Amino acid sequence: MQLAGALLAATLCFGAPPDPSQIPSIFRPQSTPANSIFHLSQLVLAITGAIFAVVFSLLAYSVRKFRQRDGDDGREPPQVYGSNQVELAWTVIPTLIVLVLFLATARVIHSIQDAPKPAGAIEVIAVGHQFWWEFRYPALGVVTANELHVPVSNPANSTPTFLTLLSADTDHSFWVPRLAGKTDLIPNHPNHTWIDPQETGVYLGQCAQYCGVQHAKMLLRVYVDSPEQFAQWVQAQKTPAANASNDAVAEGRRIFETTACVNCHAVTGTIADGHFGPDLTHLMSRDTIAAGAAANTPENLRTWIQNPDAIKPSSLMPAMQLSNHDLDVLTAYLETLR
Amino acid sequence: MSSETIALNAVGEGSRPVGERLHDWVVTVDHKKLGILYILYALFFFVVAGIEALIMRIQLIVPHNHFVSPQTFNRMMTMHGTTMIFFMVMPILFGFGTYLIPLMIGARDMAFPRLNAFSFWMTAFGGLLLYFSFIGGNGLYGAGTAPDVGWWAYAPLTARAFSPGHSTDFWTLALLVSGIGSVGTGINFIATILCMRCPGMTLGKMPLLAWLNLVVGGMVIFCISPLTAAQIMLCIDRYLGGHFFDTQAGGSAVLWMHFFWIFGHPEVYILVVPAFAFVSEIVPVFSRKPIFGYPIMVAATIAIGFISFSVWAHHMFTIGMSSYGNSFFVFTTVAIAVPTGIKIFNWLGTMWGGKIQLRVPMLFCIGFLFQFLIAGLTGIMLGTAPFNWQLSGSYFVVAHFHYVIVGGIVFALFGAFYYWYPKMSGRMYNETLGKCHFWLFIMGFHLTFDFMHIPGLLGMPRRIYTYEPGRGWEVWNFIVTIGAFLQAAGVLVFVVNLLWSLRKGDTAGNDPWDAWTLEWSTSSPPPDYDFAATPVVRSRRPLWDLKHPEDPDWKYE
Repeated sequence: MQLAGALLAATLCFGAPPDPSQIPSIFRPQSTPANSIFHLSQLVLAITGAIFAVVFSLLAYSVRKFRQRDGDDGREPPQVYGSNQVELAWTVIPTLIVLVLFLATARVIHSIQDAPKPAGAIEVIAVGHQFWWEFRYPALGVVTANELHVPVSNPANSTPTFLTLLSADTDHSFWVPRLAGKTDLIPNHPNHTWIDPQETGVYLGQCAQYCGVQHAKMLLRVYVDSPEQFAQWVQAQKTPAANASNDAVAEGRRIFETTACVNCHAVTGTIADGHFGPDLTHLMSRDTIAAGAAANTPENLRTWIQNPDAIKPSSLMPAMQLSNHDLDVLTAYLETLR
Repeated sequence: MSSETIALNAVGEGSRPVGERLHDWVVTVDHKKLGILYILYALFFFVVAGIEALIMRIQLIVPHNHFVSPQTFNRMMTMHGTTMIFFMVMPILFGFGTYLIPLMIGARDMAFPRLNAFSFWMTAFGGLLLYFSFIGGNGLYGAGTAPDVGWWAYAPLTARAFSPGHSTDFWTLALLVSGIGSVGTGINFIATILCMRCPGMTLGKMPLLAWLNLVVGGMVIFCISPLTAAQIMLCIDRYLGGHFFDTQAGGSAVLWMHFFWIFGHPEVYILVVPAFAFVSEIVPVFSRKPIFGYPIMVAATIAIGFISFSVWAHHMFTIGMSSYGNSFFVFTTVAIAVPTGIKIFNWLGTMWGGKIQLRVPMLFCIGFLFQFLIAGLTGIMLGTAPFNWQLSGSYFVVAHFHYVIVGGIVFALFGAFYYWYPKMSGRMYNETLGKCHFWLFIMGFHLTFDFMHIPGLLGMPRRIYTYEPGRGWEVWNFIVTIGAFLQAAGVLVFVVNLLWSLRKGDTAGNDPWDAWTLEWSTSSPPPDYDFAATPVVRSRRPLWDLKHPEDPDWKYE
């Protein structure tokens, strides 16, 4: 009753069910590592489900059958101290189950962790920062942030993405549930993981190791592109953004280059070469800002520069204390970074 | 041996001034008073940490909620975890152990009464130190804060670069100080159980509670030490220029993880084995049968004690160990399921063919069995490393360990409260209120922790102060928060029952449960000296032998 009531209340509060593609469920895998885990989890769930059914039935049966009845004669039941045969049985059977589980698990560990890197693999270095992601493609000469682009991989033309995971400050964890299990990013301790997504689309994830005050808003988006889209994206990222086209933009660029922005952010083709914050060369090619905390719209961008706490309290982005005019032209400049 | 008394003090307790009686409690070395002090102290922190949990649940009831700031949320989550583990569950279990062990082995006190008092006051001081951080965390110029690094305080978040001020130091020192108290208690348990047993009580005739606490004592000594060492190293890092965990100067964050979890996993068993001990005492009495397979229960406990020291890195499957390292820890982790499973089967074997009396202590034990079974099975899921790569660090693991600690340990604890309350207070609790507590709490528990598994499977990480809408997490978080408040209502009924029954409860008598262990042979509450004459036993159930001289246990053991 209570449960039904709560469910009803919850449904009334939250209305329509969410779009399934937005739910990062571990049971809808789209990449080999997540898929192998999904298959293992089915075996484990079947075994544990069977154990639950057996033991729960025994418990329920005992409570029901051996419950003291009203009008009991008050005599003690037969005193039984144990039984070697029964105890041996419930030692040996679980031991066998444990062995099966261990062997099945060891196989999956090996198949995921020790997978060879094929020739066509894309290499990415992911660096965790408080509280955003830096992605570097050393072979392609591309640097971006928070939104990882990778090509779709199919069995005929396998182009998996192999990530080297580093951290610039505290521990983080790379977790996109539909693509792979999580792997931590630990300073002084490089880690590796890989994905080979088989469907194009956007896959959501977020930092899964507590990394400080804004751990909650260290979100992660993986864009799986068709091979053509990916090639186009790489080409666009390698070309510097077009130069200033009007006075407002030119003034905005001047403000950008003469304030503290350049200490933390880099824009190729300008004097900005900071590395504490995300690379902004192609800021407008991204759908979100503040590591996924807000959509990348001019209003949000303006708010983010003026008062970052409104979007992500205590992130390391400072409030820039600019006049309204300066904010307008700076936003106009940033919007040209396509 | 039963109702003899020794006249010690002609002045009645009630006629002495309050100040003098309070002074008695402060300077006492009596194991019963110290046990009750432990329990009251832990109950206080149970309420405090429960309120912290409710604050977190209100914040998470809807996405993008603004009930508390991210800083406050992070402090609440750190303090809730630290308090519940170190200042609620551990002291309350030590309290029951301290109270019960001498009574159950026919001794007049612990082996080292002064060490016993010292241990309690160190633990109490640790808790005060932790909570003083709310005032003193950032120095004393008005901006106090509590620790916010999470209860396992991973490096390098604890380095001064990321955690300035003194909040982390309060956390470190609180655990260091209370750790000294815990080691004292561990030593005391071992010495008492090995040296203070009454004549006739060989190791093989001890109540299971004594056996299980003997194992706990050994585990405490070996697992608190690395934690204490790590805390000292962290202090050296923070104030003396050390670089053990300082990754910016070549230190190792992974080293801290190893130190923490070689403590942290045995700690889980330090908490759960005493809960096993309660269940092993309560289930036989309310099934009217002896424990099924006593020798294998002891053997399984010792096996758990040893294996628990070889499983710690299953908390670290995501840190990038080699495939061989991962496989090893999968093996040890699933292997510990075997002795744990044996225990569950033996409790079922005890109930099988008995006459089960569904009084409140037994209801809580049946709840324990059901929930601990599920907790063990989700533990197997988490123990298989690849599945763990998806589940760890998510709400699934939060649900799993709350199933162990609340569904298992706290249920067993409530059972123990109702079972021994008549002995400790001399009064019976109110059965109706007790049942009301049980049903409220078990409904709240399942509403909270059953549904908490689901957002974890849908990709919701733990330790986030807010979450994005549209990911399928809203409904589940809403239900979880409702359940948390039902649990709080259950605990309120429990506290009311304890207080009401203390004044108005029926007189309990020596042996309200028709039970079989030695504590029921003395008066309720027991006199200062526990037993007027040292008991002599011939079997594991000395009171059964007395009550059934025609069919005593010692003929079969």
